[in-house]
Amino acid sequence: MYQEKTFFGKLKVFGIFGFIPLFAFCTVIVLPFLIGIYMTFTDWNGSASNSSYLGFVNYADAVRDPAFWTSMWLTLKYVVVNLILTNVLAFVLALLVTSGFKGQNFFRAGFFTPNLIGGIILGFVWQFIFSRVLVYFGSEFGWGLFSSSWLGDPDKALWALIVVGVWQNAGYMMLIYVAGLIGISGSLTEAAGLDGASWLRQLFSIKIPLMIPSFTISLFLTLQKSFMVYDTNLSLTKGDPFRSTELIAMHVYNEAFVNQNLGPGQAKAFILFAIVAIIAILQVSAMKKAEVEA
Amino acid sequence: MKSRSVGKSAAFVFNVVLLVLFVFPLLLVLLNSFKARTDIIRNPLALPDEWLWSNYSEAFRTMDFSYAVLNSLTVTILGVALITVFSASLAYMLVRWKWKINNYLLMALVASMIIPFQALMIPFVTLYGNLHLLNSKWALIYFYLGFGMSMATFMYHGFVKNVPKELEEAALIDGAGKVRVFGGIVFPILKPISTTLAILNVLWIWNDFLLPSLALIKPEDRTLPLSTFYFFGKYTSNYGVAMAALVLSIIPVIVFYFAMQKQIIDGVVEGAVK
Repeated sequence: MYQEKTFFGKLKVFGIFGFIPLFAFCTVIVLPFLIGIYMTFTDWNGSASNSSYLGFVNYADAVRDPAFWTSMWLTLKYVVVNLILTNVLAFVLALLVTSGFKGQNFFRAGFFTPNLIGGIILGFVWQFIFSRVLVYFGSEFGWGLFSSSWLGDPDKALWALIVVGVWQNAGYMMLIYVAGLIGISGSLTEAAGLDGASWLRQLFSIKIPLMIPSFTISLFLTLQKSFMVYDTNLSLTKGDPFRSTELIAMHVYNEAFVNQNLGPGQAKAFILFAIVAIIAILQVSAMKKAEVEA
Repeated sequence: MKSRSVGKSAAFVFNVVLLVLFVFPLLLVLLNSFKARTDIIRNPLALPDEWLWSNYSEAFRTMDFSYAVLNSLTVTILGVALITVFSASLAYMLVRWKWKINNYLLMALVASMIIPFQALMIPFVTLYGNLHLLNSKWALIYFYLGFGMSMATFMYHGFVKNVPKELEEAALIDGAGKVRVFGGIVFPILKPISTTLAILNVLWIWNDFLLPSLALIKPEDRTLPLSTFYFFGKYTSNYGVAMAALVLSIIPVIVFYFAMQKQIIDGVVEGAVK
């Protein structure tokens, strides 16, 4: 039935079901990926027909650029703090919206709302909050913390980005934890309750160990999202003040399209890709080991 | 039993407080979208002295809202439709025809999912810029098919395997063509996973900024996130109008959320946990 005998018959099936999506896959992903590899080893800039082989010069340029490492270091700080705060908040939210009162779905929907809105718009919303509302709070109630806009202060601007990142993603991760919490069999906690285990004891000895798969997914997603963040960074701070919030995705963008350093920019993009892939693989494999059977 | 209900009410109160904090930024934007600039500077927390509905008409006009929404709708609907139909058909081919190459194709699709857009965007712009394909929303729709089809095909692949083959064979014996079998039997059975994928892709494409900012050059092609961005470039000083523009940009997705809340939340969970 599904065994075309002739070559022509196979070609026809391929033409009907597979050709268009695979053509799009090859032209949009595979080809740019291969060209990307080529670009890191040459000085090809796309327009000139000739290009020369450079070996690892672009990679060497990339890692010798101090701005690259400054940005990478900033990004690591952003990622670690974001990872912790987002997931702690998400887990607390998940516990709260599964605690059994009426209208839980309404709250779940509310906490998820920021995630529906695009990063560019979220950045502008918070730009207004940081530069107008909080400064107003600061001057009206004499709160030194908000006396001037966080966005203009190199020490605080990164924290502004973190606040927005946590606010944006906590609701999403909450949904993953809710799915994990609901998946825990009620008989387990009931039995523990009859044995006299407190709510806290049940949380740490039963729920959290059984929810390792949820933590694996949620940490993986937060990691990826925060390493690659670009829109909110652009609309909230543009990397200012003094490039103190230029996260790595924005740095790569600027290197390639503003400074027109295509080869080194692409080398940086691949280094970023490698770092994220290695961290993600390590994280997931470490957590797979920690999983337990119910 | 009593301590449990106390716990429940405490959780409820805590929830309300957190939710208010959570949506506070959005409420403030809404509140200030009705104010004059001086009114906002004087007190961003107070109710408007005078409700300036004209902020909305001005924002609507300056950011070409109707064009932007129309472009966003076109790109999102067509992009999602192409991804859905073609990913399902490719998954069908990969599952039902046991060619040797199919395993390698599936592996290549899965492997490509770990490549972030940032690692592709520079050669992407170089390539398509030189081919003069970076200036139309029709090209953009095609790019979304390319970027979205691997995840969708991978997810469909697991579901096509569970479609009972006997149904298809009966139809084939009755003389239906392969396209009829796919379109009339297989694709409708896949509806639950199609809904999940469509929702994930709608949220992705509707909110995407980086790809349209690279692929759309003409102002009249701009999608909603793009036109919001360009609008803010020149309009930041007039806060009231700027806030009205933000509210306008948020409204469509909130309407979508109200209409499909359950499917969206289920879809997001399913997509993340799979």
